[in-house]
Amino acid sequence: MRSFSETATDRIVFLLNAHVPIMIKIPKQIDDIVCDLLRLANTRLPTDVGWALEAAAAWETNDIAYSQLGGIMDNAKKAEYKGIPMCQDTGIPVFYVSGKFNSSIEKGIRDGLRKATETIPLRPNTVHPITRKNDGHNLGDGMPMIHYRPSDDDFTEITVIPKGAGAENMTKLGMLDPADGTDGIKRFVVNAVLQAGGRPCPPTVVGVGIGGTSEKCVEMAKEALLERLDSVNGNDDERRMEEELFLILNESGLGPMGLGGNATVLRVHIRTAYCHTASLPVAVNLSCWAARRATVRIHNDGTAEFKQ
Amino acid sequence: MIITSPTDERTVRSLRTGQTVYVSGSLITGRDKVHMRALSSEKVPKVLYNSTLFHCGPIMKKEKNKWAVVAAGPTTSARLNDLEAEMIRRFGIKVIIGKGGMSSDVLEAMKENGCVYLAAIGGAAVSLAECVTETKGVEWEDLGMAEAMWLFSTERFGPLVVAMDANGNSIYDDVNSKVNETLKRYQF
Ligand code: SF4
Repeated sequence: MRSFSETATDRIVFLLNAHVPIMIKIPKQIDDIVCDLLRLANTRLPTDVGWALEAAAAWETNDIAYSQLGGIMDNAKKAEYKGIPMCQDTGIPVFYVSGKFNSSIEKGIRDGLRKATETIPLRPNTVHPITRKNDGHNLGDGMPMIHYRPSDDDFTEITVIPKGAGAENMTKLGMLDPADGTDGIKRFVVNAVLQAGGRPCPPTVVGVGIGGTSEKCVEMAKEALLERLDSVNGNDDERRMEEELFLILNESGLGPMGLGGNATVLRVHIRTAYCHTASLPVAVNLSCWAARRATVRIHNDGTAEFKQ
Repeated sequence: MIITSPTDERTVRSLRTGQTVYVSGSLITGRDKVHMRALSSEKVPKVLYNSTLFHCGPIMKKEKNKWAVVAAGPTTSARLNDLEAEMIRRFGIKVIIGKGGMSSDVLEAMKENGCVYLAAIGGAAVSLAECVTETKGVEWEDLGMAEAMWLFSTERFGPLVVAMDANGNSIYDDVNSKVNETLKRYQF
């Protein structure tokens, strides 16, 4: 039986299933909102990712692959039902804050993450890079990663994507030569995904950054993962390249968990920026099938609106 | 098919790639730090010998003074490529459970010593945790929740695919050559 603890997130998950907008009018502290946000992201797979997995299973012809996809969906349903993280690697949470905010938001996010690590619970993953010391709260110098995008809106929006190491460790940046052209870009992306093999838990979502400076390029590749899987890229050239890469990768035979099959990627997302005339930076950032993400919009009156 | 753990060399050698199996019995977790410490220590916990070693850093919760598993899926095995062959030789590890597969060195050590690699579904942490009936204890707890060596009792732990067997076969090698063939068709 489902233990129906009366937490806000339980209600959010319940309501999201009923496909109605979620408005919670409880004045809450930022840390509580962030804790709820992390719970939602970790325990409930976004609907579009679920659909993409169902679609992948429908065209899958390999028996082992089919059962892997079945196991994945089974696991996602159980996680949501029980309200526990769908994967033990709850990752490094990457936050994006936009709209109206001030510098106090960072403390709110840190406190929320500490609370979430204890209560959900999340696995304490954050360590010092050299001593490997773990403070147990997923906090540390420079962590969690928070990107700020101020705007003139009169609400604050916080988005989180928990990035597991299996997928994150496969990140690639290539400073290609402009002469490598579009073929060079495609080759780079295809190699990055296929050389990763089963390590990032395919079927993966492929985020690609093209252009910018080196750091901008990697940032775009990761930001591309914020996009819904059923979104359409408005730029024709980019859309065509996304579709082409999608077909090549799914024809490769790598399959779920690298055990062979058709379902290698769920989606390819491309983001671009202008770059130096002598450069062609390309970056690939992968998300495992557990393409977790959640957003909360906090209105002026303290109302928090969750969406995925 | 259900494998009872700890298991013996004969059972291990009878398994073939592509088979789906479940493990019932004892299982220990071990990832980066367990491997590093085991290979550099004079004395290791007895449970390591002839074990079923699960590449996993679980989420654990203490309830009424007893540890319970919240989520426990496999971690990427390839990170342990350089250490695993020696682990198999030294401690006689019989079964490895992980994800993503391991290198040809490890495959060679598996063949020599009688060890099999079972692929669990990456990320299926809730389903797999449900197959853990009891947490019997923990060794090297100072390594932290994700890195410690947890001792689990399991019932029908799986599904697991025999991905690398004790006869030198590896699904990953087969898939790799298929992937390379497909790629040759694309000229870019
Ligand atoms: S890659 Fe993703 S699904 Fe796989 S273990 Fe890591 S976080 Fe979990």
